[in-house]
Amino acid sequence: MTTVAAASHTAHAHHDDRSFIKKYIFSTDHKIIGIQFLFLSLFFLLVGGFLAMQIRWQLGFPGKPMPGGSLLPETMAPGGVILPEYYIQLVTMHGTFMVFFAIMLLLVGVYANFLIPLKIGAHDMAFPRINMASFWSAFAAGGVMLASMYVPEGAARAGWTMYAPLSAREDLSGAALGQQLWSVSIILFGLSSVLGSLNYITTVINNRAPGMTWFRMPLSIWALFITAILGLLAVPVLAGAAIMLLFEQVLGTHFFDPAAGGQVLLWQHLFWFFGHPEVYILILPAMGIASDLIANGSRKPIFGYHSMVFAICGIAFLGWIVWGHHMFVSGMNPTLGSSFMVSTLLIAVPSAIKVFNWMGTMWRGNLRFHVPMLHGVGFVAMFTIGGLSGIFMAATPVDMFIHDTYFIVAHIHYVLFGGSLFAIFGAIVYWFPKMFGRMMNEGWGKVHFWLTMLFYNMTFFPMHNLGMAGHMRRLYDPNIYDFLKPLQPLNTFISISAFLLFGSQIIFFVNFWWSMFKGKKAPLNPWEDNGLEWTLPSPAPHGNWETPPTVYRGPYEFSVPGMSEDYLPQTKKLPTDREPAMTPAHGH
Amino acid sequence: MAWWLPAQASTFAGSIDKGFLAILIITGITFVLVEVGLIVFVIRYRARPGRKAHYTHGSTPAEVIWTAIPAVTMVILGIASNGLWVKIKGRSSVPAGAYTIGVHAKQFEWWFTYPGPDGKLGRVKQSLIDKTSNPTGLDPDDPASKDDIVVRNQLHVPTGHPVVLYLSAEDVIHSFYVPQFRVRQDAVPGLEIRVWFEATVPGNYELGCSMLCGMGHYKMRAQVFAHTQADFDTWAADRAAKAKGEGTS
Repeated sequence: MTTVAAASHTAHAHHDDRSFIKKYIFSTDHKIIGIQFLFLSLFFLLVGGFLAMQIRWQLGFPGKPMPGGSLLPETMAPGGVILPEYYIQLVTMHGTFMVFFAIMLLLVGVYANFLIPLKIGAHDMAFPRINMASFWSAFAAGGVMLASMYVPEGAARAGWTMYAPLSAREDLSGAALGQQLWSVSIILFGLSSVLGSLNYITTVINNRAPGMTWFRMPLSIWALFITAILGLLAVPVLAGAAIMLLFEQVLGTHFFDPAAGGQVLLWQHLFWFFGHPEVYILILPAMGIASDLIANGSRKPIFGYHSMVFAICGIAFLGWIVWGHHMFVSGMNPTLGSSFMVSTLLIAVPSAIKVFNWMGTMWRGNLRFHVPMLHGVGFVAMFTIGGLSGIFMAATPVDMFIHDTYFIVAHIHYVLFGGSLFAIFGAIVYWFPKMFGRMMNEGWGKVHFWLTMLFYNMTFFPMHNLGMAGHMRRLYDPNIYDFLKPLQPLNTFISISAFLLFGSQIIFFVNFWWSMFKGKKAPLNPWEDNGLEWTLPSPAPHGNWETPPTVYRGPYEFSVPGMSEDYLPQTKKLPTDREPAMTPAHGH
Repeated sequence: MAWWLPAQASTFAGSIDKGFLAILIITGITFVLVEVGLIVFVIRYRARPGRKAHYTHGSTPAEVIWTAIPAVTMVILGIASNGLWVKIKGRSSVPAGAYTIGVHAKQFEWWFTYPGPDGKLGRVKQSLIDKTSNPTGLDPDDPASKDDIVVRNQLHVPTGHPVVLYLSAEDVIHSFYVPQFRVRQDAVPGLEIRVWFEATVPGNYELGCSMLCGMGHYKMRAQVFAHTQADFDTWAADRAAKAKGEGTS
């Protein structure tokens, strides 16, 4: 009874006597660790974007001196003109930073950490010190990766997929230390990811509040939980492959060297056995978050909650048996291509279920277009394009034509930018008050959303056309080919759009920092949501709840008939509710 | 039409484009349904004072419908695509009597070996490769290698007659790609990979490397000459005679 008031009062009374270092640097508080991950991953998002701008300069204006390019050393851009060897470092590091250090950390670093204990009613993670170790190993991994750009021959240059033997042999790639540091960084990153995943899985299984049954968990938590299982099983494969690659680079082993009995395709199998689950690690949490945002914005229960949970599980399961679709033209046995095609096409089914259920959630709703809702709807609209374009590449004969062209570049950006990043922007705005106690500016948030939506589509949609025309990836200067010369105006248009897209993100960054210090003070429950975290003060205190809240229902009870308000918190006890039989699994 | 699919110049280019267009239609319909649906919902169900959302947790018939339709569509698409895939890439897909050409890829050039009058490619050995005198590692002890013609960065093929390529890579992975033929296949160190096509339209095309293979990846380009059968025979005889002349002088 009166859980809301009781929880917030006791939390206020909680006395916090930790030193500054223990509180903000080597913190074991999941919320502080989440915020640390947020700063780290936003930094890498900026770095990745900055690298992308240089790529787009070269493609839009090949051979012209880049503004500010004269600041770069002679070995990268003499006179500001990007060199081919620097260009391939740019594409390699853009992919690496964005996939591993921006999107993945934003989702499973920031939101798994911040949301899981808050949304299941736990004091903290099951293993707070392991959680801290997870952040600091990610920090070290990011530091090593960043440092690799400042060594004499420059950073790794074999593409973010690091295909051997190019990545393994410095005589072929032209970089020794940069390539090795990539491997070292990814090994550290793997450690961080495993530590995090173990924690998330354990916490969700053991530390749920009384009444928080599996099917009362928000879809964001379901998605983060399943993602953690994927991460625990997939990322060690990458780390293992990176260890083999490092041995190849430093100790002279021959795992990937056919002259000595090794197998070139082994790297691709290992990489994509990790890499495809990784794709779902990068999108499932975004799907879960978008579900929370859309239900709140629509003021309606999630349409087909159980289907949504099973679709998450289905995508995660299928994610293990589709890795060969990255290898249709790799020389792998073509019969395997047939089976990988079928499993890949089947992923369209749970993905379609999710899209239709989001639409079902909005259907006959009472849609409030706050900034997180805009991003949620934007997510559905853009993820749909990314999902549909995937079908082209799943069909093996069509893939033979569009494989390794800009079509795949368009596809991955529709999923990871249009999908994941839109959900992330929504999440940042949505949980900002619980993180920092203030609201982000609504008006500027909307400006940022609309400009991003516009310039994002202007940047990435025409890439489908580039791919259809046969434009290969990772070309320093496509004008070498006569058949690509007519595409130069399109490339220039894409580059200008990309600069505008990057520029629009300044609005977000300014809004983020300004709101942190000057934003409107946030009330307890600014979005009128049902989740447990909204019963806590903004920002949420250390230790979250003095006594764990009791949960009486699922998280999406909006617009319940007969209620005066259009939301019904999970902790609010109605006369008809029974006390849950479940006792707290953890000793409070 | 520089922003659309390139011209078709091989026997299976048309079928691949049909597959592409079929998927474009399926995805196009879905795209319109979803995006128009979203726009309609956004306008129609926007919050207004006094409105309340319809309270529902979902509908099983709806779930069944939107599970079944994509599932059936995808299975049909999979079966249809697989037929074409087996025809193009299947183990026994290479047409009998196809003209054989060896393709050797290395940073950052393409070497083509034509079989000469005997119609047979000579044996190659990685250990015999020499940058200047023997770029593809042809084994002089193999009698079939005597009349082989080795050409850098120029692929000559007949039209109206299937061609089978034996792809090899010397250093890193490269990828053989001729957009107008709709053909792409990686060349992988340690593997010999067959890929076939039949050019239909005589003309000059470009062959590009479509797998990042190092800093010169972007300029790893070769010219493709699709000749009429008569022109091709003349070219081959001409090169064979030239090679013979060089050999005896």
